[in-house]
Amino acid sequence: MSQAKIEVRNVTKVFGKSPQQGIKMLNEGLTKKQILEKSGMTVGVNKANFEIKAGEIFVIMGLSGSGKSTLVRMFNRLIDPTDGQVLIDGQDIVKMKPEQLREIRRTKLSMVFQRFALFPHRTVLSNTEYGLEIKGADKLERKQKAMEALELVGLKGYENSYPSELSGGMQQRVGLARALANNPDILLMDEAFSALDPLIRKDMQNELLELQEKMEKTIIFITHDLDEALRLGDRIALMKDGSIVQVGTPEEILTNPANDYVERFVEDVDLSKVLTASHVMKRPEKILLDRGPRVALQIMKDVGISSVYIVDKKQKLLGAVTAQDAADAVKNSKTLEEVMTHDVETIAPDTLIADMFERVANATLPLAVIDENHRLLGIIVRGAVLAALAGDEIQLNGNGVN
Amino acid sequence: MIPKIPLADWVDTFVDFLTDKLEPFFDLISEGIGNFVDFLVFILTSIPPILLILIFAGIALWLTRWTNALFTGVGLWLIYNLDYWEATLDTLALVLTAVVISIIIGIPIGIWMSQSDRARNIILPVLDFMQTMPAFVYLIPAILFFGIGMVPGIIASVIFAMPPTIRLTNLGIRQVPEDLIEAANAFGSSTKQRLLKVQLPLATPTIMAGINQSVMLSLSMVVISSLVGAPGLGADVYRAVSQVKVGIGFEAGLAIVILAIVLDRLSQNIGKQKQN
Repeated sequence: MSQAKIEVRNVTKVFGKSPQQGIKMLNEGLTKKQILEKSGMTVGVNKANFEIKAGEIFVIMGLSGSGKSTLVRMFNRLIDPTDGQVLIDGQDIVKMKPEQLREIRRTKLSMVFQRFALFPHRTVLSNTEYGLEIKGADKLERKQKAMEALELVGLKGYENSYPSELSGGMQQRVGLARALANNPDILLMDEAFSALDPLIRKDMQNELLELQEKMEKTIIFITHDLDEALRLGDRIALMKDGSIVQVGTPEEILTNPANDYVERFVEDVDLSKVLTASHVMKRPEKILLDRGPRVALQIMKDVGISSVYIVDKKQKLLGAVTAQDAADAVKNSKTLEEVMTHDVETIAPDTLIADMFERVANATLPLAVIDENHRLLGIIVRGAVLAALAGDEIQLNGNGVN
Repeated sequence: MIPKIPLADWVDTFVDFLTDKLEPFFDLISEGIGNFVDFLVFILTSIPPILLILIFAGIALWLTRWTNALFTGVGLWLIYNLDYWEATLDTLALVLTAVVISIIIGIPIGIWMSQSDRARNIILPVLDFMQTMPAFVYLIPAILFFGIGMVPGIIASVIFAMPPTIRLTNLGIRQVPEDLIEAANAFGSSTKQRLLKVQLPLATPTIMAGINQSVMLSLSMVVISSLVGAPGLGADVYRAVSQVKVGIGFEAGLAIVILAIVLDRLSQNIGKQKQN
């Protein structure tokens, strides 16, 4: 994730009779509403500026009419920008001649559409082959690559069906396969999952994330759904009335809304699907194994807790001991090793709160958050989880999911 | 007072001018179309009538339901029995030629209209004019340019019957959903690729409906064509009218109706066949 794959500079789209006039009005500082009243022209996108890094999922989010679909169509010039530059790998596509533009569309950019936009007169296979066919790839290569793409999206065996014979979810898989068969660097997904029902939609989101791990494409994903944006986005751009209001990681947007609009947008969000163990974990009370039960008991007394975690010198989690057991050990002069329990529930720091409710509720000891080397990072106590969900920012740790 | 505009004189002068200057051109067209029709008639008449009837019934069976095939067989046999077979073949050749010309000229114009709003805005009123001007009027210049017989009848039929093919080609292409056009463009299709791989295949049912309309309209022209000496069922009807023979008029008229229904069913279903 280093240099910018796509740079969007001052990109503006004005729909209407004399768009250049609209640009002038924008430069004079008029708002979208004022321009509409004065001239009848609609500002689709107003001076968008941001960069998209190679390999990230960049979500553009906004309500309908916010200009997000217009913006994404300017990346492959299905809509021509009125002003500004769109640099893809440093090349300004706004200045490209039709042949160059076709070449870019054939090789670098593929698009997935909200209403699937499959060709009804073509089979699934032939739909998937479309991009390759346009490029002039030979039949064998076409078929082979299309079959690979279909297999990738789990549609092997359907290649001879027609789109109308498939369910919505399957149709959109074809749409995705058609885009992937071309092996583009960049995938433009315009509300790709919005037409699907919620369960299918979630499956598709998960599959996209899985695919992305293998493919590492640069994905630009348009959505009006905040949950979807938070789930998928490495970074999110929030749009309102044609302007980009905020660009940031899901966390930055949630915890640090740029203005009232963003704040209102995010206030209803289901925090349990955004916050992770690392956000809500507390500093653990821990002791080394070779300290005795008396030390353990003393620590628990000092801090006022009923259990303490036992680690080795490398901070690796070994187990835990409760006050009861420690007291027993002192009485019967046993070592910590003899009385400690190895049966401590552990979770990874990037686990979503939504995914750990049950374990938090059932655990007798607080859950231990450990990293991949089994080192103890923190513990999850019920109170902190509830406080975080209640929106108590003081309870949140600044460190994020990476 | 503004004097009467000498519109008729102008048109006369213009037509005289065309007849004068473009005579070799019209002769060439006349000869080409004449040869084509003669060839069609030759083929149709060289097949034994019963065999031809079976062929038509077979095509109907292949394209549509058995009821249509039965109607085709019985209807054509009735025409044969009433002794209108040769006139029917003349009419069929005339209609087919007019339709083939309508397709050859009409579909490209329809495609052009669909690609350019300016072309559409110019062509649409011309089509309206072509369809609303009484068809008889076309016969006059047609005689001047092409003499009498089959060819001026075909030309008049083409002018009258072509607009639906043009209109519906344009409509069919323009009706292709916007998101499919976007998809085709997004994958880098050239205009030609988009047309051939997406727009025309999806417009085919609509275009076929237009061709079906053209078939019907050119059939409706057969009586009018007989006024300029085109042979066929129209000539029989015309003769019956001029001699006030109700019985013969009915027979010839019935033959036209049967031919119309057969051609309608067949041309309608070619479209559906393609759709699947």
